[in-house]
Amino acid sequence: MKRALGHSWQAYLFLAPALILFAVFSFWPVGYGSYLAFTDYSLIKPAHWVGLDNFRYIFDNAMFVAGLKNSLLFLLIVPAIQVGAMALAVLVNNNLPGIRLFRAAFYVPVVTAISVVGIMWGFMFHEQGMLNYVLMQLRLVNQPVGWLSDDAIALFSVMFVTIWRGLGWYMVMYLAALQSVPAEMQEAAILDGANRWQRFWKITVPMLMPTIMVCTIMSVLAALKAYQEVLVLTQGGPLNATFTALYYAYDQGLKHLKLPRGLAASFVVSLCCIAIMLPCLRYFRPKHR
Amino acid sequence: MHAQRRSLPQPILQYVLLCAIALLCLFPFWWTVVTAISSEGNIFAFPPTFWPKSPSLENFAEVFRVIPMLSFLKNSVLITFLTVFWKLILCSLAAYPLARMQFRGRKLVFGLILATMVLPSEVNFLVNFITITKLSLVDTYTGVILPNVITAVSILLLKQAFEEVPQDLIDAARVDGASEWVIFWKIVLPLIGPWLATVGILSTVEAWNDYIWPFIVMSKPEKFPLSVGVLYLSGTYGSSTRVIAAGTVMTVLPMIAVFLGAQRFFMRGIDGAVK
Repeated sequence: MKRALGHSWQAYLFLAPALILFAVFSFWPVGYGSYLAFTDYSLIKPAHWVGLDNFRYIFDNAMFVAGLKNSLLFLLIVPAIQVGAMALAVLVNNNLPGIRLFRAAFYVPVVTAISVVGIMWGFMFHEQGMLNYVLMQLRLVNQPVGWLSDDAIALFSVMFVTIWRGLGWYMVMYLAALQSVPAEMQEAAILDGANRWQRFWKITVPMLMPTIMVCTIMSVLAALKAYQEVLVLTQGGPLNATFTALYYAYDQGLKHLKLPRGLAASFVVSLCCIAIMLPCLRYFRPKHR
Repeated sequence: MHAQRRSLPQPILQYVLLCAIALLCLFPFWWTVVTAISSEGNIFAFPPTFWPKSPSLENFAEVFRVIPMLSFLKNSVLITFLTVFWKLILCSLAAYPLARMQFRGRKLVFGLILATMVLPSEVNFLVNFITITKLSLVDTYTGVILPNVITAVSILLLKQAFEEVPQDLIDAARVDGASEWVIFWKIVLPLIGPWLATVGILSTVEAWNDYIWPFIVMSKPEKFPLSVGVLYLSGTYGSSTRVIAAGTVMTVLPMIAVFLGAQRFFMRGIDGAVK
């Protein structure tokens, strides 16, 4: 031990590349980005402190305010995705023949690039596309619905795609947790005459509680930060109806190169995330080994 | 035992449910494939085709003719390979001392690495774009790769791997006077092969599918990887839907193959991440 302690520099030699890259691409953006949000920075001239000007600007801007509301509306997907993923995990935790194939099928959307997702659902949501055809055949709608072109519906279509992409990932998280529930507990409960429903609520759910907490928090944060689906499906349209807070940051920062405005918007999103995250940190503490 | 308690129709009900959900998950893929290999007719017409009409690979050949598909493919392969290669090396290097060496500030370093998981990293792209611009790395592979080669999740997985190596082996080597570098490179690293494979496969999918960051760093279409190229393609050649579908299939197929071939690694990766 003593010898090892005297050689701390060796350990830091091993760690150096990782620490430098983390410093530049993970910590620097947080500090420098927060600072720039209070300046009039642009790529071609030095930054001047402008106080809260950028924040006043974005909160007076209808697009950002609507985007922030949409980001909060995105929280609706959290219960849908968590309940759905848990139900799915329970369903594929059976030893039915072929169940592995189904597990794999449900995970395929997770290993699909977001741009591909955007193209495929663009086809599906097309006014003359498959979704409208099927719904019309089933007589659920009378005329084609503008899934991505109707400003009252588009945001919900985008949310649906977010759920579609995320379900398989959370399913595997819950499946891993379910498989660590000891079989003896279930068997003991069966002997005591508990039915399936009782076993689910009295044994499975309490055992799954840590996973439920972690997944829910991750899902809340992901919903607040949603913007990739918007970028590939609607680019904020129609009539800016699908703007989210972070999509506004992208739109201002990189499309219009108004970096301080974009950074102010992402600063607001980060603050919301941190406010949610801090009280929940204890669920993320790694177990001692 | 479970089978006896279950009344007969229940498995059937479960299969119906499973098939319905599988259909929802896979149908967009199926329809894209049908569109890509059919050579006739308008795809956006009622009734649509559920089954390919006069199938051919013509659209795939067309993709290579109308857009720089070969360079998209080359860029994707290079970016993915370089990202995974450097990630395995740099993350192993970082994980080894955290798992196996005693040094001052170990807890602090570990805490900092964990902290990167908590930071809202999705909002980093604006400042990282400034950094990459200032480093003159716009339009370079290095610019795309650099921010992605280190992730806390990979370090944690590899740290766990190093912790499973028997202490005796390391002690024996230290007694023999082997340097930490020799222990790492010659003794410990060869023992964690399956874990390296896990991290490698998960990062392959991640790097191949990455869309936003390469889209930000690369400004010229000939520098785009496939994931960026296909969407760019759908903007510029909007009329030729079948060609876009063919490009889409070529983007997604390799990763579905990797996933189906290496499913157990995905489960291991998630198990490790949960712990």
